[in-house]
Amino acid sequence: MREAETAPLIALAAVTKEIGDGVMTTLVRDIDLDVRKGEFIAITGPSGSGKSSLLYLLGLLDVPTSGEVRIEGRRVDALSEGERAHLRLSLLGFVFQFHFLLPEFTALGNVLLPMRALGRLDEPAMETRARSLLESLGLAEHAHKKPGQMSGGQRQRVAIARALANEPQVILADEPTGNLDSHSSEQVLGIFRRLVDETGRAIVMVTHDMDLAARADRQVRIVDGRIV
Amino acid sequence: MRLIADIAWTHVASRLRQTLVGLLGVAMGVGFSVMMAALMEGSQRDFVTQLVDSLPHITMSDERRNPPRQPAEDAYDAVAFEGLRTPETRPGIKNPYAIVSELESWLAGAVAPSVQSRAVIRYAGRDTAATVTGVDPKRERLVSKLATQIRGGNLDSLYRSSNAIILGDKLAAKIGARVGNTIALTSGRGDTLSCTVVAMFHSGLSQADETQAYTLIKTAQILAGQTGLINAMRIRVTDIMGAMDVANRIEAQTGYKSVSWQEANEDLLSAFQIRNFIMYAVVGAILLVASFGTYNIISTITHEKTRDIAILKSLGFTETTVRRIFLLEALIIGLAGTIVGWMLGYVLCRLLGLIEFKSPFMDATTLPLYYSPAHYLLAAAVALTASAIAGYLPARKAARQHPVEIIRGAS
Repeated sequence: MREAETAPLIALAAVTKEIGDGVMTTLVRDIDLDVRKGEFIAITGPSGSGKSSLLYLLGLLDVPTSGEVRIEGRRVDALSEGERAHLRLSLLGFVFQFHFLLPEFTALGNVLLPMRALGRLDEPAMETRARSLLESLGLAEHAHKKPGQMSGGQRQRVAIARALANEPQVILADEPTGNLDSHSSEQVLGIFRRLVDETGRAIVMVTHDMDLAARADRQVRIVDGRIV
Repeated sequence: MRLIADIAWTHVASRLRQTLVGLLGVAMGVGFSVMMAALMEGSQRDFVTQLVDSLPHITMSDERRNPPRQPAEDAYDAVAFEGLRTPETRPGIKNPYAIVSELESWLAGAVAPSVQSRAVIRYAGRDTAATVTGVDPKRERLVSKLATQIRGGNLDSLYRSSNAIILGDKLAAKIGARVGNTIALTSGRGDTLSCTVVAMFHSGLSQADETQAYTLIKTAQILAGQTGLINAMRIRVTDIMGAMDVANRIEAQTGYKSVSWQEANEDLLSAFQIRNFIMYAVVGAILLVASFGTYNIISTITHEKTRDIAILKSLGFTETTVRRIFLLEALIIGLAGTIVGWMLGYVLCRLLGLIEFKSPFMDATTLPLYYSPAHYLLAAAVALTASAIAGYLPARKAARQHPVEIIRGAS
């Protein structure tokens, strides 16, 4: 128990990821990185530096070629696909550059997806929670709209609501403002700040925008797959 | 599970036109399968009914299947005999009327004694070989449809003159005899008997119509030169399919060879089996073709939804869940197609039933159709299995996709 309290939420130790068969390309090399409760981390670096790859490794979307990934002290890089999926569902929330909402479902339906997949709450409780999430992000009146009927900023906020659906410990965001105007970007960043300060969640955000990165608590700069 | 159904439903509903095409593919497959099955089994049953109705269900004759037990077997513990044969002379059934009353005591059906003999029929210089069967009109009408197949008279016409005979219509045509003519019958031993044709019969089976003639038992006995001879029992049972068991029991009881209609038409029944096999192969092929349509749709949907799959997987949906979504979509199409196919099949059967036509080989004027729930269930089982396989293959491929590659590709 003590170890779980002191251990970082996510810890990478000497993680290397290579892809390709025959000719190997190294995406990230020998990375050590801890993500602790209440931290707002920005990963920066030029295009192709491996920052997204690092995020996918943190998010258990990818497994490292070598090195260790631990979540709350537990080693997870050797887990099966199904077990990793379950961890993603219950512990992690993703926000991507593109909103990646399901076009056939309403905003509410999209936020409900991860909750229904996890099945921790009953139907009315899920709906209450989804509505309050949308409300807290200023989307109360858009709950029954489909993604196609919303603006880019609104869609991205729905995506954040979806990422928060199962009360994850860590939010992983990949260029979350990459497709947004400055006003919407500001909104999204404000939401992130609030999440960290008020709920003590950890946020890891990949961005190439140095101004945005400056507003995080900690910056990690990646060049050619290495932390510099 | 509700979630899987919801996602599957939105996918299917968003591709309504394609879904309908796939659904119709399955429906056609199921519909035609049901129709073919009804037609095949209908014609088979129709044929069996004709066959079974025109001939006795079981014929017990004075032959024996095995040579009689040799005294040496009892006296010297002989192991085997070689070259033994069953007796060739036909002595007739011993004490036939005692056997008749014995059989009637337990048999559900009717028994009619008869005399089988062969003769050459001659009329106006033309002759042909025929099987002359001596029957008892009162009993005969209980064991075969002969009474209803008589033209130009009836079975009781046999009583009208001393040597009355009823000829098969094709047999009569062959020698040019008509009702009222006197024909000459020559037995194998050379005895000749003059008979008057009192009626014709038409059973619909060419074999019988070309070679059969009926007389009274007495007349056939005279022809055979053995008074009191009864060499065959014609038996009709109420349970047609149980004829084989009854025949075995009669044979065990009396020792006389008893041949059920199944045994007599073994070749025909095995031909039906081959026919059924061919039918099921064709039906299977139709449904297989239909399932290609399903495969195509599910492939298209999975291809279109690649991004959605990546999202779902990144959210934490497992491979199994994703696979189930698309499998379910295939089953929705398969199930809807099956139900529409059932209706289609039923309507096709009804329409076919309306068609009237004249066949030179059959007496039926409409197509024989047989309605059975088994046809519908079988078609549904094959269609659903095919749909499941057709859906599983693209579903598995879709579920295996790595979300990172797709997300990376999109951004």
